[in-house]
Amino acid sequence: MELSEVFYTKFSGAYNEFKLEANGQAPFINKWREEGYQRLLLDGIPHKQLEDWKYSDLNKVLDPAFIQLLKKPTYTFRLEDIFRCDVPDLDTQSFTTLDGWYSDTENPLQVLPDGVIIGSFREAALKYPEIVEKYLGQATKTAEDGLSGMNAAFATDGMFIYIPENCVVEVPLQIIDIISAETDLLVNRRNLFVGGKNSVANVVVCDHSLTFQKSFTNSFTEVFTENGAVFNMTMIQNSSNNTSRNSSVFVSQKGRSTATINTISLHGGFIRNNIHVALEGEFAESNLHGLYLGDRNQHVDNFTIVNHKVPDCLSNQKYKGILDDQARGVFTGRVVVSRDAQRTNAFQANNNILLKDTAHVDSKPQLEIYADDVRCSHGATVGQLDTEALFYLRSRGINEKEARMMLMFSFAAEVVDKITVPALKLRITDMVEKRLRGELSRCNHCAINCC
Amino acid sequence: MLKIKDLRVSINNKEILKGISLNVNKGEVHAIMGPNGSGKSTLASVLAGRDIYEITAGTVEYNGKDLLDQAPDVRAKEGIFLGFQYPVEIPGVNMMTFMRTAVNEIRTHRGLEPLSAKAFLALSEERKTLVEIGSRFDGRSVNEGFSGGEKKRNEIYQMAMLEPTLAILDETDSGLDIDALKVVANGVNKLRKPENATIVITHYQRLLDFIIPDFVHVLYNGKIVKSGGKELALELEIRGYDWIKKEQGEN
Repeated sequence: MELSEVFYTKFSGAYNEFKLEANGQAPFINKWREEGYQRLLLDGIPHKQLEDWKYSDLNKVLDPAFIQLLKKPTYTFRLEDIFRCDVPDLDTQSFTTLDGWYSDTENPLQVLPDGVIIGSFREAALKYPEIVEKYLGQATKTAEDGLSGMNAAFATDGMFIYIPENCVVEVPLQIIDIISAETDLLVNRRNLFVGGKNSVANVVVCDHSLTFQKSFTNSFTEVFTENGAVFNMTMIQNSSNNTSRNSSVFVSQKGRSTATINTISLHGGFIRNNIHVALEGEFAESNLHGLYLGDRNQHVDNFTIVNHKVPDCLSNQKYKGILDDQARGVFTGRVVVSRDAQRTNAFQANNNILLKDTAHVDSKPQLEIYADDVRCSHGATVGQLDTEALFYLRSRGINEKEARMMLMFSFAAEVVDKITVPALKLRITDMVEKRLRGELSRCNHCAINCC
Repeated sequence: MLKIKDLRVSINNKEILKGISLNVNKGEVHAIMGPNGSGKSTLASVLAGRDIYEITAGTVEYNGKDLLDQAPDVRAKEGIFLGFQYPVEIPGVNMMTFMRTAVNEIRTHRGLEPLSAKAFLALSEERKTLVEIGSRFDGRSVNEGFSGGEKKRNEIYQMAMLEPTLAILDETDSGLDIDALKVVANGVNKLRKPENATIVITHYQRLLDFIIPDFVHVLYNGKIVKSGGKELALELEIRGYDWIKKEQGEN
């Protein structure tokens, strides 16, 4: 369905303005933007009549009146004054984007001592066009739609990470994405992460909001793992109820590489996470883990596609959710095993706890198997807290609230335990506990009011 | 200590307990025996506060207070302990975290300082020796993957940690081989004190060779149909429950 009139008016004007600004960029970027824009015009914003968008109505959260910051704004506050991440012992190297723009103007792109290139996506396209051109759009091209088109057309900036061959990055790289503008905002952010051959890296992406303005963030991330690379990414979503987001992650994996994506949705008004994994090389391994905690009218929709294109790959998916009040959860997980992908192992599980009758979850595991020698399993459960376990705990003197808390926490722990960086696991454990206790999950010493 | 008067309990409109009366004084050990389906486990669960039952009549007084009014955790804090027939597996809840939370909630209720991690561990080590479990539970989730014997030992370990006034042991002997049975019974005996009481629920007389009861009651069809001393258990062992059923049938 082509772009609606009201959005056409908005986007055509903005695109013409943005094109002028974008002229300074590499020609391949401009071409990519133009193709994206045409795709946006052709496909429009995904709507509820599309099977993949049945449960999440973008038209309810994406307001044509939202403003795009197509030129980098000047901020009056100093980031370091308000934001201090205290992931204990995590000793991360952290990098920040504000409203879709890389925040460090003086030093937009760094080469770390170990050879890692990290910083502004926009800058990387200028400084390292050979890398960016090689990868950009290669993973997303399998599932282009109006949203990916919008992202290509309007992506202001985002993060670029390049891990060279054989490089083992000791410290986790932390990316902090903040919504801070004092207007209702539409943000398009583009990330490109490349793990070179036999490299190892841990990336943490934290989404926060500084304001209570409404916003819609349309974030696209492409992850490429070359042969033998190990790439772990943990995304923590912790924003105000006025924020909405579409977060699309496309992972393309070469042989014997391992990519693990942990999605921890702690807070936010409307969250749609899409993860597309293409296993392109033999003996590649994909791990997708998700935890979503929703209450009030929060909406969290996890949508995954894992495509086994070649033999001997392994994929694991574990998504768990706890939903309270009128919160809505969705899990759609599609595993596709191509005809040639013999000896595939693919596992998928989605478990949900509904704390109230008014909470709701839709769980749709889907398997499409065209090969004959495969091991696949999938399962979905929706339930309440185990009343027998609850009674057992209470019969030992533990009060009801605490007993419920222990059960919820143990349910969530199965996902949190998948996080391999010990300090990060501790930090997330703490945040999950605070979240379940109804306390504000924010870090000490940090002025950011996440929720 | 415990006064049960004409207690009637139903589940799904089916009456399970049909007027039970029982007095338990401190220092006493009562055995409740009876064939399967006679209501033994229902009685234990109701005393511990499981809320799936409907109490249609009767009263239960514990230390002078209405017991049926109290939440399960309050009952535990007031000194009631139920040793489960089927201990529940709780994946993800660490055994020691669980026990420390329980011990400290109960201590706080009794006006004592919560135990530090170190003091808790010391106490835990000491009490583990009672049921000879060593470090087998450390780092594991509550009852998860425990063998039948380990689960029952774990119940007695928990009892040792929580120091109840009234312990109700529901079929603690079921599924235990004779060596494990001796260990468990020995643990219970070591925990006996003049100011405490124990209710032992069992199908077989076997356990009562090791935990000697002061009183034996036979529960049949939701009623206590016979009470006596420990010799009643022996008689049941010899004559079986058919004798009771027949007698009841004749009535």
